[in-house]
Amino acid sequence: MKKQQNQKFNYKSIIFLGILSIVTLIVIKFSPNNSQKIINTSLEYFIQMATIFPAVLILMGLFSVWVSKDFVMQHLGHQSGIKGIIIAFILGALPTGPMFIAFPMAQGLIKKGASITNIVIFLSAWACIKLPQELVEIQFLGIKFMLLRLSMSIIFITIMGIIINKLVDSKKTTNNQFKN
Amino acid sequence: MQNTTIIINGLVLVLLGFSFFKDKSKTMKSLKIAGKSLLKLAPTILSVILLIGIVYGLFSDKIALLFGNENSVNGFILIAVIGSIMHIPSLLAFPLANSFLAEGASISSVVVFITTLTMIGIVTIPLEIKTLGKKFTIYRNVFSFIIAIIIAVLMGVIL
Repeated sequence: MKKQQNQKFNYKSIIFLGILSIVTLIVIKFSPNNSQKIINTSLEYFIQMATIFPAVLILMGLFSVWVSKDFVMQHLGHQSGIKGIIIAFILGALPTGPMFIAFPMAQGLIKKGASITNIVIFLSAWACIKLPQELVEIQFLGIKFMLLRLSMSIIFITIMGIIINKLVDSKKTTNNQFKN
Repeated sequence: MQNTTIIINGLVLVLLGFSFFKDKSKTMKSLKIAGKSLLKLAPTILSVILLIGIVYGLFSDKIALLFGNENSVNGFILIAVIGSIMHIPSLLAFPLANSFLAEGASISSVVVFITTLTMIGIVTIPLEIKTLGKKFTIYRNVFSFIIAIIIAVLMGVIL
């Protein structure tokens, strides 16, 4: 039952990919000035994904087999408090790949019992608080700019995480995942 | 980026070896899980890659034009919206932001551009919905948009 529904959903994403491929071809055909840039950008991202994504998936596979639900719940679950928030920030800020790698990772963490607050923090930190990124920010925009933006990001991301947690019940989200 | 790719792959290889050494069947199971996720996510990820290509290819040279009239509220919101649609790795966003500042753009508009650019990805929404659910995705993106604007306005006032 579950499997069937999964396949059905995948069918939808394959159709979506098909339509997008056609759209891409049309855009390239009718906008020859931009075609090189479109192809280069997609190719660049594709190479990045191809080199990093399999490793990330294997990491997640290992994670789901070796790391116990209790462990994740204890450190990132609803009772984890400020410690959980700090861990989520650190996990997100580790230098890794592009944002879209973080989504399946977040899914794995939710399945293991991480709270929505910490998942929102993890994703947001992944997006805008990366260690190498902060150094580039200092270089181009100055240390004052960087520190101010960093501290405000931390404050507002935490508030956002708490609000979204109130709005989305993590149990429901996990169940919906399985239904999909 | 090149370095992180090598580090991550190396790390995973070491962990995989360690796992295999400790428990063969558990390791095989983890590889199976990885393979299944790959098959499940591959079409969505390829779609996201195509979307990024199209959006970047069509609009990247038009961003600079936006910063001419960012002093109006509409201009500011427009920059936030464009930042949400575009998806550029942040390492590339900073030099871009710097060049806008040098051309006389306001701090707020540059900050809102950086934050929306990195935190919100309209092009990655298909993947986010697929992995984390519709409700979560909508809330996260809407709230990120709001805090991007709050942070930008505050920074404009302070700096």
